[in-house]
Amino acid sequence: MTTNTESDDQQAEAVAVTPGATPGWQHVSGKYIAVDLVGWLISAVIMVGLTSLVPFLTGLTPLWALPAILAVVFLVNILFTPRRVRAIAYQLRDDDLLFRRGLMFERIVAVPYGRMQLVDINRGPLDRALGLSELKFVTAAAATGVVIPGLPAAVAEELRDALVELAESRRAGL
Amino acid sequence: MTTPVARSNGVRLADGQWHRLHPATPLLRGGIAFVAILGVIIVNFRDVAIEVFFRGPVNGGGSGGRPDPLTFVLENGLIGVVILAIMGVLLLCIAGFYVSWRMHTFRITDELVEVRSGVLFRTNRRGRLDRIQGINIVRPFLARLFGAAKLEVNVAGQDANVQLAYLGSGAADELRREILLLASGTREQRAGSADAGLAGHLAGSATTGAAGLIERRVGEFTAPELDANAIEPTSVVRINLGRLAGSLVLSGFTVWTIIGAVLAGIFIARTGEFFVLIGIIPALIGVTGFYVSRFTRSIRYSIAATPDGIRVGFGLLSTSNETLPPGRIHAIQVSQPLLWRPAGWWHIQLNRASNSWTNGASGQANTTILPVGNLDDVRKVLELMLPGAIDEDAAALLERGLVSRGGDDGFHNSPRRAAILRWFSWRRNGFAVNPGFVLFRHGAIYRELVIVPHARAQSIALSRGPIYRWLRVSHLRVHTVAGPVSAELGAIDEGDALELFGELASRAVTAANSDTTHRWRAS
Repeated sequence: MTTNTESDDQQAEAVAVTPGATPGWQHVSGKYIAVDLVGWLISAVIMVGLTSLVPFLTGLTPLWALPAILAVVFLVNILFTPRRVRAIAYQLRDDDLLFRRGLMFERIVAVPYGRMQLVDINRGPLDRALGLSELKFVTAAAATGVVIPGLPAAVAEELRDALVELAESRRAGL
Repeated sequence: MTTPVARSNGVRLADGQWHRLHPATPLLRGGIAFVAILGVIIVNFRDVAIEVFFRGPVNGGGSGGRPDPLTFVLENGLIGVVILAIMGVLLLCIAGFYVSWRMHTFRITDELVEVRSGVLFRTNRRGRLDRIQGINIVRPFLARLFGAAKLEVNVAGQDANVQLAYLGSGAADELRREILLLASGTREQRAGSADAGLAGHLAGSATTGAAGLIERRVGEFTAPELDANAIEPTSVVRINLGRLAGSLVLSGFTVWTIIGAVLAGIFIARTGEFFVLIGIIPALIGVTGFYVSRFTRSIRYSIAATPDGIRVGFGLLSTSNETLPPGRIHAIQVSQPLLWRPAGWWHIQLNRASNSWTNGASGQANTTILPVGNLDDVRKVLELMLPGAIDEDAAALLERGLVSRGGDDGFHNSPRRAAILRWFSWRRNGFAVNPGFVLFRHGAIYRELVIVPHARAQSIALSRGPIYRWLRVSHLRVHTVAGPVSAELGAIDEGDALELFGELASRAVTAANSDTTHRWRAS
C-alpha cells in the first residue's frame, strides 16, 4: 500500500513541475476512494435514518418506500465509488489545464493557465488522516468549478506552486 | 487649505495630488432628508401658528389627546430654549458636514484612483486603473441644478466601485477623460491634451459673475445629453419614442397585467363578489408608474463610439452616461421575445466584470445595453462592442444567427435525433466560430444569439448526462464572468462538440495572449 502511493506521488510530482512534458491523464490517489466512501456512508446513514423515522413512528408501511429507494440509490453510488474516483483525472497541457470527472454525468473543463486567479488547498479531517489534499482553482467565472480532490499533500503543494507560477507568467487581463 | 476643490476652474484633477469634492456635496448627499425634516417641522408649526392667531390662546393640548409638543413649548415659555436648541443642532450638522467634506479627498495617480473618507471611521479605497471596467457619470435632477455630477469608477469585482460624489459637472467630464487617458496606456499625448482641456476651461470661465453663472447653468441644463464633439457622429444609435413606447406595451409585463385583469374579471363574473375591485386603483397606479418610469428613464438614449470605448447615455431629468473601455465586454446576448418579432425589435444584454449599484436605462440593471432596436441598430451596436472583429462575413453570419430559421447556413446545428430535446428549435440550435468570437444560437420562439469573444473566455466545459449520451449529443459551456448572459449550448452532436471544445480551448489561450485591450492605446 505504502509503496504504491509513493510511486503515485513521484509520478505526479514529475508532472507538476514540468507542465506539458508528460502527456496523458493523471489520476488522483487511490486513497481518495476511502475518503469518498466514508462521506457517502455518513450521508447515507443520515438520510436513510431521517426518512425512516417517520414510518417508524407513525407505523405507516407505505412510507418505508422512501428510505428504501434512498438506500438503493446510495448503495449504487457506493458501489460505483471506486470507478468514479478513478474517472477523476487532470492533464497539464502546454497552455491549459484539462480536468475531467464523472461516470454517468461526464464533465471536461479546460482552464487556460493565465485565467487562474487563485489556487486553494483544502484538507478535511479524513484527508489529513490519509495525507491527502484538495486543490481548487478559481477563475473570474464562478462557474468554472475545477476542484481536484484526493491529491497527495506534497503533490498538491507542488502543483499549486507550479500553477501559480504559470498563471503569473502567462497572466492575461480579465 | 492647500487641497484644491474639484470644480471646473482649470485645475487638473488627475495630477496625483489630493483633491476635495464639490462644496455642495453634503447638501446633495444628505440634503434631501434634511429639507424634508425641516419641512415637517414647519408644517406642524404652521398649524399651531394658525391656531394661536385665529382662535386666541391655545388651551392645553386639545381634547383628551396627548399634548402637542409645540403647544407645550409655547405654554411654558420655552420658545427661546427651543430656538437655541434648533440653532445648536443646525450648527452641529453644518459643522459635521463641513468636517466630513474636508476629510473626503481623492487623488488619481498614473496607477490608481484612491478615495479617503470618513471622520471617525476612516475608509480608504483604491482602484487600479488598468482594471477599470467602466466609468459612469450620473447627474441626478437636484445635482444638475447645482451643476454637480457623480463620477463612478467601476473596477473588476462585485460592487467594486470607487465613487466620487459629487464633482463639478465639467470637472467630472474632464476627469473621466483624464482617467481613461491614463488607463489607456498613452504617455505622450497626455501633456498636449491636458493643455487643451485647460484652455477650454479658461475660455469657458471667461463669463464670470452671477449672471454668467446662471447662464452657464441653464446652458448645461438644456444642452443635449450627448456632446457632439466627443464622438464620431456616424456611430450613434438612438431610440425613437414610438419604438420605445411600443416595446414597453409589447413587454412581458403587459401580458401579465392583462392576464391578471382577465382573471380578476372572471372571478368577479363567477362569484359576483366585487371586493376585488378595491385593489384596482393601487394596481392602476403601480402599473402606470412602472410604464412612466421606464419610459422617462429610457428617453434620450444614445450609444456612441468614442476613442476610449462605447459611451451609453440616457435620461431626461436625471441623466447618466457611462463609458465602457474596449475589451470590457465578456459576453453579449441579442434576444427577441415573440411579441417583438412582427416589429423586428431586438434587445441586447451583456456580461461585464463589474456590477454597479447604479441602475441602467429604464431602471434595468446596467447590463442592458440596448433596450430596444431594429436589426440595423443591433448591427451598429455589435460593431461598437466588437471593434475590428466584424467584417462582411462576420456581419452576414451575425445576421443569420439572429433571423435564420436554421438549416445549412454556416452554423453547426443540432442533429435530427436531438429534436426530442429541442422540440421547436433543433434546426436553429447551433454554434459558429469566427476568428474573434464564438456564436451560440438558440430558441425558435424566443430567439437568442450569444456572442463570446475568445479573449474573454475564462474556461470551457463539455458535459453530458445519460440521456445525452444515449442520443450521442453533448452540452458545451463557455464560462465568463457572472451576468445575465450564460453562454451555453445543449444538444449538439458529440463529434461537433468535441471539435468545438478543442478549438475554443486553443483559441482562448492564443486570443488572451495577443489581447492588449487593458492598455488599449498603448500599442
